[in-house]
Amino acid sequence: MGKMGLSHAAIVNPHPSVDMVAVCDTSSLVLDVFRKFSKVNVYTDYTRMIEKENLNFIVIATPTRLHYPMAKFALEEGLHVFCEKPLCLNTNEGIELLRIAEQKKLINQVSYHNNFVGTFRELNRLLEVGIIGDLVHFTGEAYGSVITSDRGGTWRSDPKEGGGCLMDYASHVINLIQEIIGKPVSSKGSILKKIYSKEVDDAVYSLLVLQDGLTGNLSVNWCDASYRKMSTSLTIYGTKGKMICDATELKIFLDEANLKENLPKAWTMKYLTNLAIPVNFNLRGEEYSAQIDNFVDCVVNKKNTQINSFEQALYTDKVIEFIIADSKK
Amino acid sequence: MMMDKVLFGDNQFFAVSHLSDEKSREQAIRFKDDSAIIRVLDQAREVGINTFMCTTHDRVSNICDYLRENPEKYRDFQIYPCMPYAHKYANAVTENGYLGTIRKYVPGSYLGTFAKGGIAYVRKDFIGLMEILVDAEMKMFKGINTPVIFIQNVIVDLILGLKMFEVFREYDFYIRKKYNAEPGYITMNMPAMYEALCSVGIENPIICSSINKIGFRMSGGKELYEKYLTEKTFRPIAMQVLAAGALYPQEAIEYLGKFPKIESVLFGASSKNHIRETKELIETYLGSGK
Repeated sequence: MGKMGLSHAAIVNPHPSVDMVAVCDTSSLVLDVFRKFSKVNVYTDYTRMIEKENLNFIVIATPTRLHYPMAKFALEEGLHVFCEKPLCLNTNEGIELLRIAEQKKLINQVSYHNNFVGTFRELNRLLEVGIIGDLVHFTGEAYGSVITSDRGGTWRSDPKEGGGCLMDYASHVINLIQEIIGKPVSSKGSILKKIYSKEVDDAVYSLLVLQDGLTGNLSVNWCDASYRKMSTSLTIYGTKGKMICDATELKIFLDEANLKENLPKAWTMKYLTNLAIPVNFNLRGEEYSAQIDNFVDCVVNKKNTQINSFEQALYTDKVIEFIIADSKK
Repeated sequence: MMMDKVLFGDNQFFAVSHLSDEKSREQAIRFKDDSAIIRVLDQAREVGINTFMCTTHDRVSNICDYLRENPEKYRDFQIYPCMPYAHKYANAVTENGYLGTIRKYVPGSYLGTFAKGGIAYVRKDFIGLMEILVDAEMKMFKGINTPVIFIQNVIVDLILGLKMFEVFREYDFYIRKKYNAEPGYITMNMPAMYEALCSVGIENPIICSSINKIGFRMSGGKELYEKYLTEKTFRPIAMQVLAAGALYPQEAIEYLGKFPKIESVLFGASSKNHIRETKELIETYLGSGK
């Protein structure tokens, strides 16, 4: 379990409707910690864990390459699946997972947590009511300092494992664009740039074209040491104004006041403090708990998720695929 | 020993704004030199604030050097360290993996001491590893008065969520024994944390958590927090009292006044006026005293 595995475990575990009974990892260091300090059963083989334990659902937080075989096995055994992003290394794998999940009527969700961030939710709502008129252009960005030297040694620097900035960082931005602005259908001028890494991309630049012809720039770089942590933002230009949104604030500029939304002409700032989703347990931000709450709620009430289903994540994988193809042209 | 009523925080110095990524960047530029930080700390001292509660950020080490070089000036000044600076480790884990991170941050002598077992030894002695990491983080504070030593919320809440409560007891024991200090816990989940500490026999703990009128970052809801602040026996520190700027100081601090058990209020600010005003408000509604 990496950071996300531990994080999901620490959020699932205290959930009042969940009894976390087992963890599986290849690291004996991690398993020893669980052995020593907790009561959960530990495994090094997920197939054995799934066969031996009486499970309802599983959370998969492994290198991307393993999502497909693990999720496939879990779904075939009748388990609901919450999986880290991106869904799979290629769309063929994702299509198969989705088919099995739908056929067996199993709940499926992917960890695109930005869709549970209050500011992005508000951005989505305001776009739906057409607050800035017809959309003209957008920019989707993410920057952070994950790789700041050429000494990389984890799966994130291995293309076969699903490493690289496009799969890891840019997938978040692509998913946000797709869910909030619209589905990209093609890309132009895509560049996958190596900065420190030898085998994977460290930056992604692309012009995305959406279904209705709307265009926008994708600009993502995970080697930017000026960022303390990942910063993801969308800027959307319309005929009546523009909006700039990140995980902490939403800035709205309107050419004319909007009385219905009680928004004045020119700038308005909306902050996460007033928009965050209330949660019962908070580890690193409400969104990580809110997405697990949503998944558990769907499992308990046997209803499909409206947010971050495999189907939605599969579309993100499709965009990743055509950006890669475009970059090779 | 009671803590000071007013504790001065460090988020503003290290580009941590919960309200705005943009504000974070502005702050990063304003405080790029250590002298700018020291100037604001001195302004806080001038209005009578003598406790600096800060992350074990690399740059705090420079501040500590300055304090040691001017012992007369900072005779009454104390630091409450908050460890670890989690981003440092999180980025290291992403880049180097767990073992790589341990190798990077655990002093060579430790691994050397157990050369026979090496990493294998670490596996069987997590508490020993925790102690070594605490010592590594505390090194920068040598010679400085650190009467309360905190674990940051990311680590506290991770351990809390994993229900590995024994780790808290070991931390508590070690901080008292080695540093003759009070252990403190920063959390986004105060009620759950209180119960966890009780379950391992830790009494009257220092718990620092968000406490504000709009319930921001108060997991489980404001009412539950209010119940604990009224009924339970612990030493609460209120942080994020302005809800990252969503509240006006007057109404924000007035709300805290409803809970006389709040021993201290943690806040950060960059201007002398703002520091003085906030301190005066805290003293008006919660008293000034030790």
